[in-house]
Amino acid sequence: MGTKIWSRAFAVAAVAGLTFAACGQQAAPAATAAPTAGAATAAPATPAPTAAVQRGAGGNLTILYWQAVTALIGHHAQGTKDYDAARLVVEPLASTGPDGKPVPALAAEIPTKANGGVSADSTSITWKLKPNVKWSDGTDVTSADVVFTWKYVTNKETAATTAGVYATVKNVEAVDKSTVKVTYAAPTSNPYLAFTAGTGQIIQEKQYKDFIGAKAKDGPKIPVGTGPYKVVQFKPNDVVTYEINPQYRDANKPFFKTVTFKGGGDATSAARAVCQTGDVDYAWNLQVEAAVLKPMIDASDGKCKMNTAPSPNVERILINRSNPAASLGDKRGEPDQPHPFLTDLKVRQALAMAIDRGPIAALYGPTGSATCNMIVGLEAYTSKNTASMSVCKYDLAAANKLLDEAGAAKGADGIRVYKGTRMKILYATTVNPLRQKEQDIVKASWTQLGIDVELKAVAAGVFFGTEGNDTAAKFFFDVEMYTNGASQITQDDYVTNYICSEIKTAKDKWSGGNYMRWCNKDFDALYTQYTKELDLAKRYELLAKMNDMIVQDVAEIPLVNRTQPSDGISKALKGVIPTAWDSVLWNIADWSK
Amino acid sequence: MGKYLLRRLLIAIPTLLLISMVVYAILALAPGDPLSQFGLDPRVPPEVRENIRRQLGLDQPWHVRYVKWLIAALQGDLGYSFQSRVPVSELIAQKLPNTLSVLGVAYVLAVLLAIPIGVVSAVKRYSFFDHAATTFAFIGFSVPTFFTGIILILIFSVKLHWLPFIYQSTLNVSLFDMESILAQLKQSIMPITVLTLFQTATLVRFVRSEMLENMPLDYVRTARAKGLQERFVVIRHVLRNSLIPVVTLIALGVPAIFGGALITEQIFRIPGIGLMLVAAIEQSDTPVVMGATLMFSVLVVLFNIVADLLYGVLDPRIRYD
Repeated sequence: MGTKIWSRAFAVAAVAGLTFAACGQQAAPAATAAPTAGAATAAPATPAPTAAVQRGAGGNLTILYWQAVTALIGHHAQGTKDYDAARLVVEPLASTGPDGKPVPALAAEIPTKANGGVSADSTSITWKLKPNVKWSDGTDVTSADVVFTWKYVTNKETAATTAGVYATVKNVEAVDKSTVKVTYAAPTSNPYLAFTAGTGQIIQEKQYKDFIGAKAKDGPKIPVGTGPYKVVQFKPNDVVTYEINPQYRDANKPFFKTVTFKGGGDATSAARAVCQTGDVDYAWNLQVEAAVLKPMIDASDGKCKMNTAPSPNVERILINRSNPAASLGDKRGEPDQPHPFLTDLKVRQALAMAIDRGPIAALYGPTGSATCNMIVGLEAYTSKNTASMSVCKYDLAAANKLLDEAGAAKGADGIRVYKGTRMKILYATTVNPLRQKEQDIVKASWTQLGIDVELKAVAAGVFFGTEGNDTAAKFFFDVEMYTNGASQITQDDYVTNYICSEIKTAKDKWSGGNYMRWCNKDFDALYTQYTKELDLAKRYELLAKMNDMIVQDVAEIPLVNRTQPSDGISKALKGVIPTAWDSVLWNIADWSK
Repeated sequence: MGKYLLRRLLIAIPTLLLISMVVYAILALAPGDPLSQFGLDPRVPPEVRENIRRQLGLDQPWHVRYVKWLIAALQGDLGYSFQSRVPVSELIAQKLPNTLSVLGVAYVLAVLLAIPIGVVSAVKRYSFFDHAATTFAFIGFSVPTFFTGIILILIFSVKLHWLPFIYQSTLNVSLFDMESILAQLKQSIMPITVLTLFQTATLVRFVRSEMLENMPLDYVRTARAKGLQERFVVIRHVLRNSLIPVVTLIALGVPAIFGGALITEQIFRIPGIGLMLVAAIEQSDTPVVMGATLMFSVLVVLFNIVADLLYGVLDPRIRYD
């Protein structure tokens, strides 16, 4: 009897634990996201250094992430948590500020065409390192370290998770001890791509020179760095503790003597820890329903405020152009098998018009706002045209009318029949209480159109994996919902997801980014033009045009523009500048209380 | 007895092999993916994912991977975690103390509380004490730990600000440092209470019913007829005989301490074995799951043998030849 009780308790616990963890996982898309100068939360680009700040005058700073750190080298990061924990120790040449512009870290200044740092043909950039910067072990930082970092990351056997960022880099060479030249394979509109922000962390050649390639997995787990802190203790999947790096270049910083970076738990109790008990100073990514979160923040004795910035991340519904019916066997989901009714523009428009974004955005509260754009992040390229589009207006009557026009009459059971197919939609997303509420709201509207909606929730680990039939990439559903967005301010890696050649088949293991199997020649033409364009203003114009095309043709239905960061911080904490394009801890040396 | 022990240990070998194979197969065939953590991150393109997969050895079929893992495990090498690339044995060594210091203490407390409460309840059946104990026991095992845990947090952390609800595994507890002992007490008192409540409840019911079963038996009447004091009758005769199944139950429950208490660990952020296991399953971190389940199954098999042997020690009627 005893063992039975134990095993039952174990099973219940396992299920509950999995649910917790699954809510935790979330769409975790591109790690970094975006801010604009006009945003209410955006702070001035550089903090005014206060004279009162003295190195180590503050006590311990407690940071809580509900995902625990597993790797402290950014180039082996599994997610935001790892990039962020590494960032206290290891720095890039430049951080990316809230306006998307680079801010010098290890670099003495930002190279531009004006100062001759960026070549006239936009293919190379020459960085100058700050003079006399030392690693925490006392040795000098040189351009050789930058070159080594490039070699380390791009060695296939190293299996660095940041390798993709360096794919367009042709060569990195040391011009002299403190100058390094990065050459791209082709003219680029973003020469700051390599060695900046989370993916640009410079590692020490001395420490890792014997661990390049296949030996990388045996390399030191705790990197020597140049940042304001060095690691005292690292317990994977639990906690990292830091103390001041005595070699840090600014004699007055950092303010906090030690930092504790705790991981694990769930977002709700993380909110409680920062807003109610004050156990922590910084709680990452409070993905908590607004109904729970708002009262905690608004409470009269509330100890926290939100630290958010507008981001490129959009919660969206993807519409499948291929037929996911299991009866097709091997042909299931292949791009040459058209969907019985979602290929009709009128049907897609009707679905889009039946979305009431108000209540959906309300679920997010301070961490998201309703949007009808797909390409967002910077005010400069966010389209203004979509607001007037009919597909962006909630109008059930008009949606019903469109379906009537499409010839989908209601059958005996009240469900429409489109050219002999009963309109039934399988609507999938990840397991997450907030997403399940969104599903309910959308389902209620679509049901009023005479469409039969079946909801499905898949564990995030399966949904974003490659095994089984319930993955987002295979898309064996009619529609699916998650958050995605660009990781770079240029949006390059993101807009690629919409071109025809990114449509992949079972043969290619569905490894393309165009999950919708949406192919639009006009879009491809715009995209080609975009990749060749180097002028920023024209690129932004093209981005807005591409956005309008995606929305107008209802390739996807945008729902909510989420903030990033979406963190809760202690009211007493000063100097925190949220940026969606870099780690939230990018300027931790400037933080104080 | 020696022969019996040897036979049991030999049987344990195929059992453990089978367990490891089944667990490995389930993990390999389940639709999880260690790379799903990257989600849609465009910075990790398909080629890079392929490289990582190859480096983790995931390009080979699962039975090949299993044989490799088994050979290494037999030599004492449990491999590296896919996520943190830290040796699995090191991870277990890091998490086990946290689990033991909370779960172990709770278990010992539960045993110490349950036996006297159960005995008194049985002896003074239907008394006020018995009713109170029964009510307490029912509340104990019918209210889930995540509920009691959150209630405690709301009262003692959020409202009263007395206790922290984030467990610090970095605390250096030293016997000579009162402050550290106090801090450790403060941070573990809530999880220990939650677990003790649950475990005591289960045990109390068991002790009570065993006692009640033995009390009307003939040997008890004989003992009373001999003129023995009621105290001796209860403690030396009834309790001793009632404890036989209870001891077995306690021994069988010991491995569970090492398995961790997932929910409690999750709520109080105790970086224990349970949390590690769930995270590993969630991230398809096969080596960690295998390491933890292997340790767990060895303990289960071992304590099953221990329980059987104890049975013989407590009850001379049972022989092993």
